[in-house]
Amino acid sequence: MSVELDVFVVNTTIMDEEVYQLWLDGYTVNDAVKVRMEGGVLEGCEASAEVLHSDTMDQYRTFQMCERLLHSPVKLANQLLFQIPPHRQVMLIERYYAFDSVFVREVLGKKLSKGTKKDLDDVSAKTGVTLKSCRRQFDNFKRVFKVVEELKGPLVENIRQHFLLSDKLARDYAAIVFFANNRFETGKKKLHYLTFQDFAFCAGQLISNWTVGALDNMVEDMDVDLEKEFLQDLKELKILITDRDLLDQHKSLVCTALRGKTKAFNEMEANFKNLSRGLVNIAAKLTNTKEVRDFFIDLVEKFIEPCRSDKWTAGDMRLYLTHYTNSAHVLDTFKHQVVWDRYMGVIKSCILKMYHD
Amino acid sequence: MPGKLKAKIVAGRHLPVMDRASDLTDAFVEVKFGNTTFKTDVYPKSLNPQWNSEWFKFEVDDEDLQDEPLQITVLDHDTYSANDAIGKVYIDIDPLLSSEAATVISGWFPIYDTIHGIRGEINVLVKVDLFNDLNRFRQSSCGVKFFCTTSIPRCYRAALVHGFVEELVVNEDPEYQWIDRIRTPRASNEARQRLISLMSGELQRKIGLKVLEMGGNAVVGYLQCFDLEGESGLVVRAIGTACTLDKLIPGTGSNTITHTNTAPASNACNSPSKEIKEPVFSEDPTHPLSVPPTPLRTLPPSSSPPPFSPSKPCSRQSSSSDTDLSLTPKMGMGSGISVGKEAGPLKTLLRQQAQSALEQREFPFFTLTCFPPGFLVHIGGVVSARSVKLLDRIHNPDEPETRDAWWEEIRQEIKSHAKALGCHAVVGYSESTTICEEVCILSASGTAAMLNPRFMREGCLDAGGSDQRLSRQPPLGMVGSERAEGEVSSSWLGFDDASPPSCGFCHIPYDEFNMPFPAQLTYCYHCRRQKVPDVLFTTIDLPAEAAVTGKGCLIQARLCRTKKKAQGEVNATAISNLLPFMEYELHTQLMNKLKLRCMNALFGLRIQISVGENMLLGLASATGVYLSALPAPGGIQIAGKTPSDLSYDQHISTMQKRINDTIVMNKELYNIHPPECIEEVVGSPIPDRQRSRLFRSTSESSDELSELDLSHGKKDAFVLEIDDTDAVEDIQSLLTDAPMPAGFYSCNTEVMPGIYNWTSGLQMFTSVRVYRLNNANLTNQGLNKIFTDLCENLLKSLYFKLRSMIPCCLCHLNFTVAVPEEELIQVAVTAVAMSFDKETQLAADKALNEGSGENEEQLQFSMELCGESTSSNNQPTAKASGLPESAMTHSSSRVSSSERCSPLPEVRSRSLRSTRSLPCGAPVTVVKMTPLSFLPMTRIVKYLGIINMFFIRETTSLREEGGVSGFLHSFIAEVFAMVRAHVAALGGNAVVSYSMKECVFMENPNKNQAQCLINVSGDAVIFVRESDQEAIPPLITSGQTSTTGADGTT
Repeated sequence: MSVELDVFVVNTTIMDEEVYQLWLDGYTVNDAVKVRMEGGVLEGCEASAEVLHSDTMDQYRTFQMCERLLHSPVKLANQLLFQIPPHRQVMLIERYYAFDSVFVREVLGKKLSKGTKKDLDDVSAKTGVTLKSCRRQFDNFKRVFKVVEELKGPLVENIRQHFLLSDKLARDYAAIVFFANNRFETGKKKLHYLTFQDFAFCAGQLISNWTVGALDNMVEDMDVDLEKEFLQDLKELKILITDRDLLDQHKSLVCTALRGKTKAFNEMEANFKNLSRGLVNIAAKLTNTKEVRDFFIDLVEKFIEPCRSDKWTAGDMRLYLTHYTNSAHVLDTFKHQVVWDRYMGVIKSCILKMYHD
Repeated sequence: MPGKLKAKIVAGRHLPVMDRASDLTDAFVEVKFGNTTFKTDVYPKSLNPQWNSEWFKFEVDDEDLQDEPLQITVLDHDTYSANDAIGKVYIDIDPLLSSEAATVISGWFPIYDTIHGIRGEINVLVKVDLFNDLNRFRQSSCGVKFFCTTSIPRCYRAALVHGFVEELVVNEDPEYQWIDRIRTPRASNEARQRLISLMSGELQRKIGLKVLEMGGNAVVGYLQCFDLEGESGLVVRAIGTACTLDKLIPGTGSNTITHTNTAPASNACNSPSKEIKEPVFSEDPTHPLSVPPTPLRTLPPSSSPPPFSPSKPCSRQSSSSDTDLSLTPKMGMGSGISVGKEAGPLKTLLRQQAQSALEQREFPFFTLTCFPPGFLVHIGGVVSARSVKLLDRIHNPDEPETRDAWWEEIRQEIKSHAKALGCHAVVGYSESTTICEEVCILSASGTAAMLNPRFMREGCLDAGGSDQRLSRQPPLGMVGSERAEGEVSSSWLGFDDASPPSCGFCHIPYDEFNMPFPAQLTYCYHCRRQKVPDVLFTTIDLPAEAAVTGKGCLIQARLCRTKKKAQGEVNATAISNLLPFMEYELHTQLMNKLKLRCMNALFGLRIQISVGENMLLGLASATGVYLSALPAPGGIQIAGKTPSDLSYDQHISTMQKRINDTIVMNKELYNIHPPECIEEVVGSPIPDRQRSRLFRSTSESSDELSELDLSHGKKDAFVLEIDDTDAVEDIQSLLTDAPMPAGFYSCNTEVMPGIYNWTSGLQMFTSVRVYRLNNANLTNQGLNKIFTDLCENLLKSLYFKLRSMIPCCLCHLNFTVAVPEEELIQVAVTAVAMSFDKETQLAADKALNEGSGENEEQLQFSMELCGESTSSNNQPTAKASGLPESAMTHSSSRVSSSERCSPLPEVRSRSLRSTRSLPCGAPVTVVKMTPLSFLPMTRIVKYLGIINMFFIRETTSLREEGGVSGFLHSFIAEVFAMVRAHVAALGGNAVVSYSMKECVFMENPNKNQAQCLINVSGDAVIFVRESDQEAIPPLITSGQTSTTGADGTT
């Protein structure tokens, strides 16, 4: 005797969260049954593995039918096929769009293209995330990217409205979209120590300070691209390192302020010119799209690594950057205060976020 | 007489992409009614078109209005080639024809295609202007209300119950017409869907006409079925109970009912001692019938058609009428007439009154399963008849005489069976068929009963009783008035010996000295005045007023019989020869399982026999209960034929011990503690000494159950003789029924006796399974085992899937079996899981167990109840006396507490919908579905009309749709969605009495194809939560006014 057909359909669709997670994680039905058995779901029920298998199959089928709707979450709320209580809908969407940080770290900044998708099996092997789950996550990134690419207005808000995600998740997706759009390099060995959350934070800073939308929400353009004019203006900052007087003046101002306040003072004083050159050069090169991609690697190579080898503490870093930024205002011949602040504000918070082991 | 049908196509959404190049669709809509078609403009390049069309007006006869569905077809415009159909929506406009049902149909409907399933949604508005019809010779029956519910619908009272109505219409099945060879599957499916929709409409209209002729205005317990006879045609038939219903005006007459519903924990009334306060109890030493009845046999009641003695109390088979009609007992008529002489003049009077009321009816049948109090006087037992027929082509669809004659024959037989049981009526009546190739088995069954004639004559029937069923028992506050009413009715009847409602229905209607079948009679354990049988089988729901001990449970008997493949006459004869054996065995199984659970009555009995090419399946489901009025069931005793063998004896005694242990365990599980134990604790009006003497005389055997006792011949014990392997297997199977997991109960009736405090949590589900029997040479025994396992596994699976609802009860758990192909067995279940409150249940059980005499606990309990009922009484008063503030706060707090179930937001959104042209943002109305006639913790305020839908789904890409399971899963989900959408469009928020009457699944995996037909029905209703019912009426009116306001602008 064999079961040819076995279905169970309810009027109010309520999914088992555990099974949903297994499905999202790309478990096959048989593996999911195993996991559930080990999880002790059968305890207290006089049910066999057969019953569990049947239940898992039913739920997997339901998820598959729902998946189409989850691709455009707004539809989920007014579709008629499944009667799902609102709080359940929220759970379904949030979980469907959730991603593994190990996975996202691998594709962050990569072009969301077919080529990248083809390489997902390598990513899967490397991260231990199942290929099925990798594909889902990748497709989610791509879908969100495609939808918001064309939209006006603030990025995070657009994502939240079109995909009904929580604020946190919408911000993460904004970061992913932003990275994918600007193709920031994140895969170099020197950047491996950085987590997705580090990058997401930096992306948030860049989005809210360096894009067109950052100044005026009503602007036609969206905030996936960095503001061209601002990048042009950044070239003007070069005067801080090309003008020898200005450089010395800047150094003495910073050193006066730092003296006696930190153990790393000597190293700071010795390295000032190098570090300042590093930061200002990064700024000056940002008009070139290729250089933009290397933004993070440059920050690490030109600034973070030297400081780390000099054993600066996080406190030292904060102190140094604060005075480095503020002292520029006192320089009489330096006229680019606004651009400087806009640049350094982001640089400072990014570096502080990225300065860890 | 003409009416004007108006339809407006508002918008579409989520349409499929029909043009690959642009990823968009150029959609337009055709609206068709009868032969008239209108079209909207093409809305180019959009998946969410806004047609916002004019009102399309159809001027049509009301006859057509009843027969035809409104057909809406969504198409994709194509300049160069033929337009592609996206899908269709059929809208039954019948609900708009009754003034008391819906006034407008407005909402989003899934666009359905028989090949692709649901493809987007369309927003439609439909209205009907109907002119008054004064033509006496009219062919239409607009305004007659139809209800699937098999009780008097809540919010109505039955002024008069007219009786049985039936009709059938036949046609050729489009699937089998020559043209089907050249048309596409889609065209063929659509032709079939449309034809069935037309036939259902016609059938309903014809039944409506019969109702009008009888002077009624409604059909209750409307049961419509399809017989897909294949080559020989398509039969649509329906039966129902014609009634005259009066609408209860909310706030006046219904108030009392309302409050009976609101009492959440009125269980205490259920204790047996309450009933004992009845004045009817008195030991009458001069009563001529007080001689204890002599046990006739140790075996249960049996009549004796050879070669076995089918021991069912009263169900008999009629096989193919031309083979052996002689099975029909001839004594039926005789006993029907001679009854009553010995039973006393009063019984005779009742009989005469009832007979005169019922005699003019051809078939005194009632499809109702639940009755107002006092309606049922006595129950005789189950009557059933089956007949095997050979199908032939229906030559003239306009003269469906053969099919009519077949049913007529069966009904006559049922009627004569009922007479044989001394009953003049049959309640809980239903008909069904099973077809395999050209063989068709027609079955009818019901419960023979004596009814109170006053309900058939003039209006004095109150729906209050049926409403009380919700809470099962009236709260204490009501008892007084209820009692008074009971007395009034009995005095009205002129019977001094009117039986108390809690046990009266159990009393035998037949004459004990001329019994139609041998049975053990005892004096009623409740009133001690009338005789009752030892077991009672019925097809109806447990009467609300019945006194029950403990809880009930689902009892199933399952049977498989192999049959040689044969054709025509030979096949029919083979089947009709098998039927009696199957019924006998099913009955024996039921009886054994009933005893094993220490119960003495079955309710909702449904025996289904299904034919396949090489086997017959039998499945009997019922809900077992322990009726306090009936004697305690004896245990099951096993007797061996060869007692000399020592090891054999050993074997028997172990088995006996297992059986005894199971009985003891079941008693605990179902909380069955025979009344004498209870009453010894509680002070009751009957002197203890006397009562114990009374009880002891008959209940000895039940005391012995717990100990191992092999002595045979105890009169109450049910002896199973194991003389061959068959019997051993039987006993084994008896014991293999897995117990339900803790926290679960199950029944196939409306609700479980012994559970009262339902919460609003419910989950309706449909489960379908198909099994393939791989090894072809199976014995009957092997098949039985497989079939039993299959049902058990399905139940286990249900328990597992619904474990989050614990504590809960699976109600209306009805299985449907079929043999779709050789080696395939299909089982389908639709039921509802309802959770109940454990805390209060425990309290109630405790109160029940400890008795509810005049002890302190009982008093406290009733005080709480009174407190509650007064507070709920106060609310309307406060409102009426002009305290708008308090009313406002009440209603607002209720709204917030009612969250998703409240129809308030729904009513608002509907009114918005009709005024706003773009309703895309409106949330989808939550529609509850249940196979029961009510929703716990709620009150149905309006019936919007019957839902009767038939869908076909076909696929030629079975693998791509996830195989057979994926295909059927999405189809069932789609059917649910379409039912919900239609209900929501009618303005409703629930479907009650929902059932899936047909689920025919065919597959051809080799061709990657499958087809499925599903027929569902139910009643669309508006319910309100019990806590916020007062807030509703004004809102509904405001909703209506705003809609009419919108009309004015259009």
